[in-house]
Amino acid sequence: MNRVEVEKKVLSENHLLAEQLRARYRDHGLLCVNLISAPGSGKTLLLEKTLERMQGTRLAVLTGDLQTENDATRLMRFGYPVKQIITGGTCHLDAKMVGTHLESWDLAKLDLLIVENVGNLVCPSSYDLGEDCKIVLLSTTEGEDKPLKYPSIFSKAELMLLTKIDLLPYVPFNPDLARDNARRVHPQIEIIDVSSTTGAGLDQWLHWLRRRMQQKNERRLFQTQS
Amino acid sequence: MHELGIAASILECVRAEADRHPGFHISKVGIRMGELSGVDSDALRFGFDCLVKDTDFAPLVLDIEPVPRVQRCPQCGNEFRMTEYDPRCPACGEFMTQCVSGDELNIAYMEVDE
Repeated sequence: MNRVEVEKKVLSENHLLAEQLRARYRDHGLLCVNLISAPGSGKTLLLEKTLERMQGTRLAVLTGDLQTENDATRLMRFGYPVKQIITGGTCHLDAKMVGTHLESWDLAKLDLLIVENVGNLVCPSSYDLGEDCKIVLLSTTEGEDKPLKYPSIFSKAELMLLTKIDLLPYVPFNPDLARDNARRVHPQIEIIDVSSTTGAGLDQWLHWLRRRMQQKNERRLFQTQS
Repeated sequence: MHELGIAASILECVRAEADRHPGFHISKVGIRMGELSGVDSDALRFGFDCLVKDTDFAPLVLDIEPVPRVQRCPQCGNEFRMTEYDPRCPACGEFMTQCVSGDELNIAYMEVDE
């Protein structure tokens, strides 16, 4: 009996495809964000409000669901390129699905690609989509201990959006406790409180997004010059 | 429940390794799985056994080595195992420590018989 050392990622095929996507995004100075949350945390409504307020930005959206084109239909009315990824039962998006759905788009004409993952706090955290950052949404109708129950995604997300804050007077949710829990899992995580219904916090969220887009583009210009 | 997909990926790696060692039988595959990898080991074993039993690789043992989460302190350089969701450095008390391991999901080794 011989022991052969391997040391290779289990998801090496996905990792390779994700790295290829990342290189393409880098070449174009395109920022890609991967939105992840439990079902019903408000990803699609947040995107509607985001698209509405980002008129003129060169952006596109890929939205993933197990079934239906409902989310793409909701998002298409803002005039941006939008594609639905129907996973047919798979609980997460992977780099191959993203790559396939990007085929007909010219990335040189985009500055921002928003990927709305399948509603699920567990499985999407394992799959690299080549994104610059993962963004996790936690809504006030969920438990404050979600970051402790699902540490994988909260430890990998750069930003947490605390959504539905307009409901705080009506729900037994302690936002300080939720923020503390997120920081216990991931001390560096950035947190923005938002309400897609009232518009609270949306300016701060858009500012965060634009700042990240600018940084990405500056990095490309720097690389081009050097 | 993405463990079945993970199990299929492990089996693909085994198949690739088997192709590199014709005439040998792989009896065991060892993986290193971080506590932040988001994978449930029981579900992974279940999915793995379901997939393996209909292949030439059966019986094939899956050995899962859990990898704890380790934080590094940017102030004093101390590395420590994080427990009970307390990221504070036990040496200097710094809160903003950084995760340096615990999210890996790697094939570590395979055991090959003649």
